[in-house]
Amino acid sequence: MERVWTLLSFGPEGWGDDIAKGVLLTVSLALATLPLGLAIGFFVALGKRSSDKALRLAANIYTTIFRGLPELLTLFLVFYGAQIGLQQLVRLFNPDASIEINAFVAGMVALGAVFSSYASEVFLAAFRAIPQGQYEGGHAIGLSNAQTMRLIILPQLIRLALPGLSNLWLILLKDTALVSVIGLADILRQTGIAARVTKEAFLFFGIACLLYLALAMLSSIALGIIENWTKRHGAQR
Amino acid sequence: MSADIQATVERPPVARQGWTRARTIGVILLAIWAVLGLAVLGFMINAWDPDIFTRYAPRYLSGLWVTIQLVAVSVFLGAILSVPVALGRASRNRFIAALAYAYVYFFRGTPLLAQTFLVYYGLGSFRPELQAVGLWTFFREAWYCAVFAFTLNTAAYQAEILRGAIESVGKGQWEAASALGLSRFQTARKIIIPQALIVALRPYGNEIILMIKGSAIVAIITVYDLMGETRRAYARTFDFQTYIWAAIIYLGIVEILRNTIDWIERRITKHLKR
Repeated sequence: MERVWTLLSFGPEGWGDDIAKGVLLTVSLALATLPLGLAIGFFVALGKRSSDKALRLAANIYTTIFRGLPELLTLFLVFYGAQIGLQQLVRLFNPDASIEINAFVAGMVALGAVFSSYASEVFLAAFRAIPQGQYEGGHAIGLSNAQTMRLIILPQLIRLALPGLSNLWLILLKDTALVSVIGLADILRQTGIAARVTKEAFLFFGIACLLYLALAMLSSIALGIIENWTKRHGAQR
Repeated sequence: MSADIQATVERPPVARQGWTRARTIGVILLAIWAVLGLAVLGFMINAWDPDIFTRYAPRYLSGLWVTIQLVAVSVFLGAILSVPVALGRASRNRFIAALAYAYVYFFRGTPLLAQTFLVYYGLGSFRPELQAVGLWTFFREAWYCAVFAFTLNTAAYQAEILRGAIESVGKGQWEAASALGLSRFQTARKIIIPQALIVALRPYGNEIILMIKGSAIVAIITVYDLMGETRRAYARTFDFQTYIWAAIIYLGIVEILRNTIDWIERRITKHLKR
């Protein structure tokens, strides 16, 4: 037991500080992906409920692709594919330039694409739950389309979409584990290194699982607070 | 006066016909998709190499078979294991209920990749103990470890699906069946489960799709499933089309499954449509 505490301590002999850095990276990656995924997801949802056929089709292609591909494959496609694609693009102008894609950005883009395609479905369902009368009401008091969206639809939409989005956030948190494969020093990679060096694989991977559980619990608490906040002066239905 | 007011009444705008802003954006986005699609197609034709194809096509097929086996076995075993877990969740015994809840919470709250590592690398820490009970040959193989981890994982998700579906059937159904003199087992088999399955079909289908996509991670613990074969082919050829082939195959499987589930759902809910 003594040995376990030494291994987990913060210091030259312990792995605590390395693992803490991993936690920081996992959390910052998930937090950086969230706004990207929410924004794209919202616009894709708008596209899906458009009256225009071409726009609907374009939005549906997006979700079909990113919901159908394994997250790991999406990550590789972005990480290697963007590297090759950008390299060829740059070579047009400068033949000996070489480009390296930042693994953090690749992870953000890949996870954001997956998150947004699921988020668009959540937003779409929330849009459907808002009656047409709300738009007409907005019009009747002289609001423009953008104002109606911002002042009338969005506040209701957030409340309706929040449970679904909370779920997606928890999934995102778990999906960040995949970036350890492209070399980002997240929780799983740091504990994996510790496991290999110390030969205490069960201990360290167990700790990785517990850390993810702790993050999920903290998120649930935070999301509960946000949910109460959105309901603070909602009409009783 | 009143006529004056009527003259200035604003009417809701007439829906615009013809070329709207939405259509412009839609056409531009579709054009981008078309360009991307053509770029990928052009790249594939450009990179086409019959040698690589004949060498790797059979490996991709064997990888696909490994993926299908892995998912089929774990989903099946997970379905069996999910029944006691779901019963435990609904149990009146607080200890059993807490245990089942902890199980479900752990496996749904942690990444599948971390669980797989915990089984594959972590159980190696207990090698002498496992050897003593004769389980070491099982946990030495990456494939068995993957099946083990996936089964435990999907059992947690399926238990929740099962519980949700059975709870969705009204209490009156149980009472009516008991009034008719059916036993609890008969009620479950003839009345509750047929109704619960309609509710459960879509989540079950989604779970299978999630498992197919999630199974790609076994490539990291050296199982040569579709993803594993893809990674091996890429490592040897440095040819990006290896990944695009994998993407096409995965997309194909998921789309076929999704449409099959839609079709089954349409058929079994016919009596609910008006």
